[in-house]
Order: sequence, then C-alpha cells, then structure tokens
Amino acid sequence: MDHDPQDGSVLRADLIDCDLHPAVPATSVLVRYLDSYWREMNSVRALDRLNLALTSYPQNAPLACRPDWAISGEKPGASLNAMQAHVLAPFKTRFGILNCLHGAQAMHSEDMAAVFCRAVNMWVRDEWLARDARLRASIVIPAQNPEMAVDEIERCATDRRFVQVLMLLMGETTLGRRHLWPIYRTAERLGLPVGIHAGSAYRFAPTSAGWPSYFLEDYVAQSAGFENQLQSLISEGVFAKFPDLKVVLIESGLTWLSGFIWRADKTWRGVRVEVPWVTRQPSEIIRQHVRLTVQPIDAADGAEALQRLVDHVGSDELFLFSSDYPHWQFDGHEALPSGLPATLARKIGTDNPLATYGRLAETIEEEAAA
Amino acid sequence: MSTLTLEERPLGSAAPQRAKLRVIDCDIHPAMTSWTEVHPFLERRWVDHLATYGSHLRHAFSEALSHPRMSPDAARVDAYPEEGGPPGSSLKVMREQHLDANGIDTGVLIPLRWNPGSQRNLDFGAALSNAMNSWQAERWVAQEKRLRASILISQEDSVASVREIELRAADRRFVQILLLPRTDEPLGRRRYWPIYEAAERHNLPIAIHVGGTGGHPSTGGGWPSYYMEEHHAVAETMQAVVVSLVVEGVFERYPGLRVVIMEGGLGWIPSLTERLDKHWARLRSEVPHLTRKPSAYISEHLWFTTQPMEEPERASHLADLFDRIGWDRLLFSTDYPHWDFDDPRYAFKMPLTEAQRDQLLFGNAHAFYGFG
Repeated sequence: MDHDPQDGSVLRADLIDCDLHPAVPATSVLVRYLDSYWREMNSVRALDRLNLALTSYPQNAPLACRPDWAISGEKPGASLNAMQAHVLAPFKTRFGILNCLHGAQAMHSEDMAAVFCRAVNMWVRDEWLARDARLRASIVIPAQNPEMAVDEIERCATDRRFVQVLMLLMGETTLGRRHLWPIYRTAERLGLPVGIHAGSAYRFAPTSAGWPSYFLEDYVAQSAGFENQLQSLISEGVFAKFPDLKVVLIESGLTWLSGFIWRADKTWRGVRVEVPWVTRQPSEIIRQHVRLTVQPIDAADGAEALQRLVDHVGSDELFLFSSDYPHWQFDGHEALPSGLPATLARKIGTDNPLATYGRLAETIEEEAAA
Repeated sequence: MSTLTLEERPLGSAAPQRAKLRVIDCDIHPAMTSWTEVHPFLERRWVDHLATYGSHLRHAFSEALSHPRMSPDAARVDAYPEEGGPPGSSLKVMREQHLDANGIDTGVLIPLRWNPGSQRNLDFGAALSNAMNSWQAERWVAQEKRLRASILISQEDSVASVREIELRAADRRFVQILLLPRTDEPLGRRRYWPIYEAAERHNLPIAIHVGGTGGHPSTGGGWPSYYMEEHHAVAETMQAVVVSLVVEGVFERYPGLRVVIMEGGLGWIPSLTERLDKHWARLRSEVPHLTRKPSAYISEHLWFTTQPMEEPERASHLADLFDRIGWDRLLFSTDYPHWDFDDPRYAFKMPLTEAQRDQLLFGNAHAFYGFG
C-alpha cells in the first residue's frame, strides 16, 4: 500500500471519472434481455423500433455531444472504443462510472420500466463492464415503483462493479418522499451512493412557473431542480433516517450551492419546528452526505469558481471529478479547470471519489493487498 | 417627510452609534379586515359572486394556502391590531409599528391576498384587480403620504390587464405594475407581452413578487411536503421567471422595460447568470433572437429587493455576493408585517460604510422609482 507524500492518504489511484454516458444505440440491442412475455410484446408492438431517447437530451443538440467527439451515423456515447479514445486514455482514467440515461426511467408503465431497466443494466454489464476493466456502472432503476426498484438494486448489487444507484432528477414526486425510502434503505445497506442525474420524466412542467419554450431554459432549470430535490431530501428527513447514505448530484451545475446553503440554513432556523427530525443545519448535512460531480462548472473561470465554492461551503470534500462524456461541457483537456491548486485537484480527482464510492476504495485495497 | 434618528448597532461594534437612516421600504403588505372593504369598488354582480363562490384558484384549499405557514397569517405575532383584523389591516398600527418606528420615508404597497392575478374566472380577476387598486388608493395612499401603490392586474388576461394599466398610469401614486411569478405560462411567453408594452410606454416598472397559483407544482420534480421546502422553492420560481424573460427576448422587444424581483432571494443571482451565459453560448442557435449574452440583459433590466436577506456565516461572503450582483441593483424591503420581516438596522449582517448603507436603504430605490 502506497503512502502519498503530499497528504498522507493511504489510498493511491489516478483519476476517477464519476460521470460517463454510454448510450443504448437502439432498443433492439435490449431485446435479448427481455423475458418471454416482453419478447412477445416486442414482436406484437415493435418496441424495438421505438426511439426511447429522453426529451432532456435531444440527440443532435450542441450540448449532447462535443463536436470533436461526434461519430457520423452513431448516437453520442454509443461506442466503447470512442469513449476509450476520447476520455479514458487521454485522462489516464483509473475508474470511470457509467450513468446510462434511458427512457426506461421515464416510462409510465411500471412493468415496462422495470423490465427495460433490467435490460439496460444487463446490456451495460455485457457490452461495457465486461469489455473494459476500468469501467464501473450505476444501477438504472424503475423509481416509478420502489418495490421493483429495490429488486433491481439487489439483483445488480451482487456484482461489485455496480457502484451506485441512479435516479432521474425530476420524476413522479419529490425525491425525499417517504414512499421512496425503501430505495434509500437498500442503497445504504449495500454501501451504494444514490446518484441523482439531471433530467426530467416531464410529469410536470420543469419549472414552477410553467412550461418554458426553449431547450436552453429546460437545461438551465436543472440546477433549480437540484436545489428543490436537495431541500426535499433534507426536509423529509432522509439523512436523519439513513445516516450512512450518500447522495451524489450529477451534472447539477454546482455553483448554485453557495446561495443554496445561505438560504437553506436561514430558512431552517426560522421554520425548523415543522421538521423536528432535522436537527442540524442543512449546510452541515450537505457536508456529510452530499457530493457533486464537477461538470458542468457554470462559470467563466472554473478554477476561481471551484475555489470560491470550497470557501463558501467550508469543505473541499464535496466535489467529484467528471467529464460528463460525451456532453459538451468543456474543450480540449480542461475537464478540470487549469489553475486549480494541486491539492484540490487531487481531492476532486481521486480522494473524494474514493471516499464516496466504497466499492471503488474496496477494489484499490484488494489490489494493494494482493 | 420625516427622517427619524434610529439607534444603530452594527454587529460586532462595541459602542452604539447614532446615525440617520433614510429608508425606502419596497415591500409592505396591506390587508383587509374583510372582503367588505372592496364592496364599494365592485359592481353588484361581483359582490354577489364573491359571497356565493369566493376566490377560485388552482389549489386545494378554498381559503388557506397550500402549505400552512409557521405563524398565523404568516405574520409577526406582534402585528395584530388591538381593534381586530389581520396584521397589515390597520393604518394606525402600520404607522406606529413600522413607518414611524423604522423611519420609513416611502413605503411601497404590495397587496397579496386574494390573488386577483391568479383567479381562474378572468372577469372576476379583472373586477377584483380594479377594486383592490381603488381600495389601495382610497384606503391607504390617500390617507398616508408616505405610501405608494402597485397596479394589480388580472395577468392571465392581457386585454383586461392593459385596460387596468391605462386606467391607473396617470395617477403617479401608482409606481409599478405587480405580477405574480407562478402563472399559467412562464412570464416571458408572448401572451404577457401586451403588459410589458404598456409598462414600457408608461415608464412603469414591473414588480414580480413571490406568489401566484399557476397550478404547476412548486418544483419541477413535484409538490413539496413541507413549508420549509415551499419557502425555499420561491427562489427557484424566480430563477425560472428571470430565465424566461431573458430567453424569450422580452428585453430585446422592450428595451426600456425595468423589472424588480421581490422577495425571491439573492444568493442564486450570480450563479444563475453565469449558468445561463455558459449554456447560451452552447445553445445559442436555438435562440437567435437574442443579440447579447444573457448577463447583459440581466445587469441592465433587473433589480432585486433584499428581504429575506441571505445570512452566510461569514460577512465577507455577503459582501462578495453584493459585489457580484452589483450594489446598485439592490432595493431594500422589510416584508412588513410578515414573520420574516427584515429590520433596516440589522438586516445586513456585515460592516457597511454610511454611503453603502444609504445606497441600499434609500438611494437605489429612490433612483429606481424616481421619487421626488
């Protein structure tokens, strides 16, 4: 086991990319993972011809794929070879966590959602995890039905390469609601952080002011959605009930966090009698339980913004490296902004992800022991 | 106009100082003792309608807010008039407790309850807006020279809204047009543009104060359970409104329009502005009608009231926030008589120079409204 001369950490690893997006190239690749009923339904209903891409990520929008990562005729993120060449190799990624965004997360039928989530997870296992030892994955779940979601988490979690549970930011209810707690209980028990990724199932207008006209507005509104869901998780008492649970906010934009804690701490002081189980101020709860992936950094000067955030939040342990591949959030190799102090870059790139994802740290320890 | 001397104790200073504060309060909530106060301003038909059907909004309770507040009437417990009625209903109490005691030079009325702008029956909303405007004029500003009124409109009906604006615009005691941010559609959408056209033409600012019942859940992820969430969520509503106004091109179309965001918080403004700029740069082909980057519209067309004031643990963070928003964009407000009232002496928990204090409490609003 190595000792890092800089910070004394006993764990050594290189960069850990906490947000990579593999794309299911076509529904047809999932058919072999369906049971006999759903295979029959596929032949009756031609489900394999459905394009189940989410409205939250229009496939041809400039944000969906960095221009120099685009491959003609292919969905962005559909190729493992491309992901290896575009990010895993140049960043010398030690681990990369796959967050597959798929229409299964937004289906109205719980049954169809469950069967397609299972198929997506099996496909990720066979086509990605099995083909590149650096890769890990989040478990895509049918949050529409917590019982089915728990079944899927338990099924996948026996494979230690699944390191997180993945939920869509805007689903059917606010995320702190108690009917969802079996998901959090299971995640906590199995040592899996719950990753919440930007995106909406569009059960409601994506803003409380109604339906915006433009995709730009929908995308910008994601950070407000994260604020609301964080307030929901805190207010409902998720972190009081599940003291070992970690939540990772993915593609959240993160610079909103300063304003969030200033407002949330003050509001809590004023109205905490309504939620007596919230016994600590939100900023403390966040420092203990909540992590955020860094891309996109919504600032003209990313290094300055990250250091300001560390100062405002009072911790350098909250932020996790991510490329958000293949989404177009940065150019060249600026996945971490240049000008960051080396110690902070190391925290974000390696130490914080390892502290967040128990299953990654476990692998490092096993390798070191071997 | 009186300028009272208030005792002032900046946090962290040992010796009390005495300094003159000039204060313009941009957010005072007047209330009615009962609906009968507006009867004189309503046609018989609407008096009957009110008695028979009452307020008809897009939420569950006919009389109560969807998330009950932590104090009765969301008010300071010391603000109930001895003669009865809800806080904010007595001019005498408002004078003694607030206008005189806090040295308010000018106070801007924001009538909130009864939501004329959110009424589902548009004709009733228009009649109620008209009546509540007359009520503000006669019951409040005619009797107290320090007070100014806001033009209430039935905002989902732009024809009726413009009619009401035209009716009031010449009366300079009405200093702005009041909109609620939770609407049928985001406020940048074109159905609302006739309102902005009228506002620009009369050089009346648009004030957007927390409130409204547009029927959409108060978060994009559904309805929150607790008031603690609902109270936070109004800031996210304001973010959506700002984005909508900018991205729809309202300020391109109405370059003279000025908008003040009320009670929506401040902490989100710099991060939202940078987020919008960043993603606009990627996605600008979707919105070619914008000729400038979003931050340019925000810094030119938007102002913000200060209550409820952010309270970072370190005072330097608040100064940093003000630096990034721009000190000249902040208009002081108390939210009297609500529970989260900000006292002009203690609201800003950081050291301020006399010039900064005067700018925040008085100068910015004085310039914004053009008070003589």
